[in-house]
Amino acid sequence: MNHPGEKEGSNKPKSSLKQIISGDYFLWMIALFSLLLFGMIMISLSMGYISIPMGEISGILVNRLFGNMDMTTPTAETFTAVIFDIRLPRILTCAAVGAALSISGVLFQGILLNPLADPYTLGVSAGAAFGACIAILLNLGATFVSVPAFAFTGACATLFFVIFLSYSSSSKGSVSGLSSNNLILSGIIVAAILSAGISFLKFIANEQVSVIIFWLMGSFASKTWNNFGVIFVFLVIGFIIAIYFARDLNLISLGEKAASSLGVDIKRITLLLLVTGSMLAAVCVSVSGIIGFVGLLVPHMVRFVTGPDNRKLLPLSMLVGAFLLLFADTITRAVLPHEIPIGVLTALIGGPVFCWIFKRSRLA
Amino acid sequence: MEIQLQKVCFSHGNTPIIRQVSAQFSPGKFYGILGPNGSGKTTLLDLISGFIPPDRGQVLMHKTNLAALSKKQIARTLSLVSQDYYINFPFSVEEVVMMGRHPYINRFSQPSKIDRDRVSKIMEDTGISHLKRRKVTELSGGEKQRCIFARALCQETPVLLLDEAFSNMDINHTLHFLGLIKKMIQKTKGTIICVLHDLNLAAAWADEILFLKEGEILAKGKTREVMSQENIELVFNVESKVEFNEYVQAKQVYFKSK
Repeated sequence: MNHPGEKEGSNKPKSSLKQIISGDYFLWMIALFSLLLFGMIMISLSMGYISIPMGEISGILVNRLFGNMDMTTPTAETFTAVIFDIRLPRILTCAAVGAALSISGVLFQGILLNPLADPYTLGVSAGAAFGACIAILLNLGATFVSVPAFAFTGACATLFFVIFLSYSSSSKGSVSGLSSNNLILSGIIVAAILSAGISFLKFIANEQVSVIIFWLMGSFASKTWNNFGVIFVFLVIGFIIAIYFARDLNLISLGEKAASSLGVDIKRITLLLLVTGSMLAAVCVSVSGIIGFVGLLVPHMVRFVTGPDNRKLLPLSMLVGAFLLLFADTITRAVLPHEIPIGVLTALIGGPVFCWIFKRSRLA
Repeated sequence: MEIQLQKVCFSHGNTPIIRQVSAQFSPGKFYGILGPNGSGKTTLLDLISGFIPPDRGQVLMHKTNLAALSKKQIARTLSLVSQDYYINFPFSVEEVVMMGRHPYINRFSQPSKIDRDRVSKIMEDTGISHLKRRKVTELSGGEKQRCIFARALCQETPVLLLDEAFSNMDINHTLHFLGLIKKMIQKTKGTIICVLHDLNLAAAWADEILFLKEGEILAKGKTREVMSQENIELVFNVESKVEFNEYVQAKQVYFKSK
């Protein structure tokens, strides 16, 4: 018998950028973006209301690291204060949020089998916003901790309600009881209800409405080391869980039955990764407000480079997300004459970029 | 690997899908499962593959209850080509076929030379080597099906479950794959359980046939014995003529439009 397929054998070989980059080049990409991220942190440290020369920054950082604190000049003292009390916590928080949102995006896209899913698909952002609005409205925001705490609680409550809503014990169509259609639909419904709730809260908020609006649009202004600490802990745990199950996430894209026959415990992994992704998103939103498009766009762009293999997609998305969000935050903080909310900036840049990528991938 | 179903029942809510099915599948044989739409063929495969647990009764894999085996052990025992072969992300064909090796590769290890050789051998055998670098999302339905079929063969399991695995392949590829797996089970004493819609393919390739209707086995046995006018009428409610065909060297079924 003839070898089938030979008649199609002359299909043109598609050598694309992707092939060149995948494989050994993956490590180079990781190295490249680590360097870019580090460079961006340094540049961002030097820019702002007071511009600090690079040499000075490295001097101060080295001093702090090796502990010999011989601050001789008053300018050096000011610089140290600016760097360690103001800029560095903000910069690191921003980078960590960018990284966490990107990981969350990869997880959601992988579990929901939908390259257009994002960390807010399950209504986590609306839940967080609702929680924050209540805190602001009841004037609990006098102490700085309670707004993020309320936002986080709102996000978690929403997540579990959405999972509860979409969970069905009958295994029809989905062994995990959590089919992606049900999850997306439940997320949309709950988010819609919460949005109406937020509108109502804004309506009755009177003079506090501007605080709510500002919070909703997201900002990294006056972030503290505590904020960074919280996000960083979540980021590390989230990343470890995500990368550990990255291969199973690859298999899940073959479909539930195929993945199950390859040894993936669908039920457990779906739930675990869903909660991980949502927690990452929830902690981000509670610290910095709603920052859209990072979680959608970054995995999408990185996938063009690494391909869909989550083992490569996760680490690189994390670096790219951190880099891009820091880039955007540096622009709004140090380049623009007035600081505009970061959530607005990412949507204004990310939206059109997404349109372009989307249209281009349709044409290809 | 011997598989035994003992009085297996399964229902969705209050609708019984599989009622008290008992059957035995022996090594080295090709089993065809035939039946009308909604007769429970796919559910039966899901039960055998451990994807869903039976409500009552048990599935024994070489005398061990399937529920007692770990996911990994099951993945090294059975492979499945499911009806649904849609893949949402642009993995390359080679990556997808390599996924069949995952039950043998440690979580953080790279594929060994054995894995890579196996993948290229299977891609050669199944005639998809030329598609190696193509993205699965760009393939035609039949090509995609060949790709996930190759993935299942890569798993090198003693039991192969096929759920309408040829539904989108042309006749050339269908015959090629059937020949391939038939040769394979003769060599390795494997078992194939294959849900089919084409009675004539089943008649020509299956050693034994199970007729399923409304979740019950209406007839089972050697193909030349159970492939009969009466059974086909009973199961599918159509009139037919069954006769031995010299050219195919097997029984063949002819239908007349009503």
